[in-house]
Amino acid sequence: MSNDKGRFGQFGGQYIPETLMNEVLRLEKEYDRYSKDLEFQRELTGLLNNYAGRPSLLYFAEKMTRDLGGAKVYLKREDLNHTGSHKINNVLGQALLAKKMGKTRVIAETGAGQHGVATATAAALLGLECEIFMGKEDTERQALNVFRMRLLGAEVHTVTSGTMVLKDAVNETMREWTRRVDDTHYIIGTVMGPHPFPAMVRDFQSVIGKEARKQILNAEGKLPKAVVACVGGGSNAIGSFHAFLGDGDVRLIGCEAAGKGIGTGKHAATITTGEVGVFHGMKSYFNQDCEGQIAPVYSISAGLDYPGIGPEHAFLHEVGRAEYVAITDEEAVSAFEYIARTEGIIAAIESSHAIAYAVKLAPEYEKDDSIIVCVSGRGDKDVAAIARYRGVDIHE
Amino acid sequence: MSKISDAFLKEKAFIAFVTGGDPTLDMTVELVVGMAEAGADIVEIGIPFSDPIAEGEVIQRANLRALDAGASVVGIFDAVRRIRKRTRVPIVFLTYLNPVFRYGYDEFFAECADAGVDGIIVPDAPFEEQGEFKPFARKHGVDVISLISPTSEGRIAKIAAEADGYIYLVSSMGVTGVRSSISADVPGIVASVRRASNAPVAVGFGISTPEQACGISRVADGVIVGSAIVKIVEEHGEDSLAPVKDYVRTMKRALSKGI
Repeated sequence: MSNDKGRFGQFGGQYIPETLMNEVLRLEKEYDRYSKDLEFQRELTGLLNNYAGRPSLLYFAEKMTRDLGGAKVYLKREDLNHTGSHKINNVLGQALLAKKMGKTRVIAETGAGQHGVATATAAALLGLECEIFMGKEDTERQALNVFRMRLLGAEVHTVTSGTMVLKDAVNETMREWTRRVDDTHYIIGTVMGPHPFPAMVRDFQSVIGKEARKQILNAEGKLPKAVVACVGGGSNAIGSFHAFLGDGDVRLIGCEAAGKGIGTGKHAATITTGEVGVFHGMKSYFNQDCEGQIAPVYSISAGLDYPGIGPEHAFLHEVGRAEYVAITDEEAVSAFEYIARTEGIIAAIESSHAIAYAVKLAPEYEKDDSIIVCVSGRGDKDVAAIARYRGVDIHE
Repeated sequence: MSKISDAFLKEKAFIAFVTGGDPTLDMTVELVVGMAEAGADIVEIGIPFSDPIAEGEVIQRANLRALDAGASVVGIFDAVRRIRKRTRVPIVFLTYLNPVFRYGYDEFFAECADAGVDGIIVPDAPFEEQGEFKPFARKHGVDVISLISPTSEGRIAKIAAEADGYIYLVSSMGVTGVRSSISADVPGIVASVRRASNAPVAVGFGISTPEQACGISRVADGVIVGSAIVKIVEEHGEDSLAPVKDYVRTMKRALSKGI
């Protein structure tokens, strides 16, 4: 019989070393208490509104809409948040909670560096010590963000174990948490890990969809045909989807990284090609071999370069409530360039996976329909990598 | 009583760990048989995993060496069958849950029973998550060995009461690896376990010297050593059998005769 606490159907759970169990159980209890605490909610809303710049715009991309010739395209502009991505929503929530729990130090993994920067920012603001773990390959792909984190007072550890990317950064951060759990909170950056993380991070990110739902009803007087978001671990997607879960006619579409193509094996498309497994504290879908070894994954986007997906996404996929599609590097880079030229927005390469799918989707609908695309982050960090992809050598 | 708990009846038990397939499966067979000859009372074989989150650097590297050398779950079962032709020492698998889950719980534990594996330790399956595989392990007579750590306050009685085989007492915070001093209140935790269960208590994480083993054995029923042995294997590779046996002999002597 499986433990049904913190489950989304068969997915989720608390598959972690005994050393962390009491801490995770305490976190569960404290989160439950503070999520119902009006003073905590007021403080968090204050930070989100007055520090992070919420609510974020729901921007009508008129030129893009005209060009695609179908549904009106609305962009949920998480890129305009302080620190440049949706990551700040979750980080402010967890950092505030950590402080209430009496923690003096926070640690976090980062892939693209967005979550690391957001964590370092919140730590600076709230007076917490901060250490970030980042795969060696990512510290090279995202050198600017490494320096940004250091500017904010964080210590950045280069992870050289395993494949030296996001999954290995998670491994190392978990190991560090087991070494020093008494004064330290692990701010997991996405809707993964042991319960309560997937539910807690979802709650902190669900502000995206709550705002968007109100904004689209104001603008259009009706719900959109679809909500589209990119999926690595899946935090901006679950945040975008959650307010629409009960709206059965609204399609929820997550865009995974197909890298160099599903057929090449060089991708990070977990739902498309993964199998159910247990890893990083949760039961979910993972890219793995037939004996359960976690497979190396690849994406041009460091933020989507992860072999798993949050358990709630696995559940939404299994019950058919959400759809998951795979977008290649080439499609994402083209979308990155397209939205820059068309709308004057430099979107993160992660978000560009969602934009790429929206470009295909919009023409399928009528002119008085709408779709919402989450622009989860801004793309300044990706400019050098895109240049390299196109064969232009620039120095950051 | 299982074959595993019997191993604690005579004297303080020395439990030796090697990573399966490091440097080769042939060497794993020789090392397990050799360690049993040298006095190991129980041998733990690690099934290598791509992402061993509870391991320190020494065993992480061993996992990667083993996987690079082609070690597989199927290959390790085969190695156990070869070992079983030469020794009756109780064998315990240490594995992350995913390889077991992928194999299928019923099939995995049936194969354990058939090959001659007596117990299993799953570092990423705490008490609350053991329910999904424990019935299959019990059905096939494989002991599920539970871990208790310095942070297990309030959980010890519950875990100990359900214990099969032995209790694996994690003596330090963090991951596996050699340490110069043992930080946890081992006597206090052992006393809590004793109140809840008759299961033998073996202490691991950080132990490498005869002095540490001897000290721990005053309060516990056994000592588990992993990283120190894996380090010898790392340094000596195909020639590690003799130094590993010497090391096991020294440790076992410290446990049975004192220093």
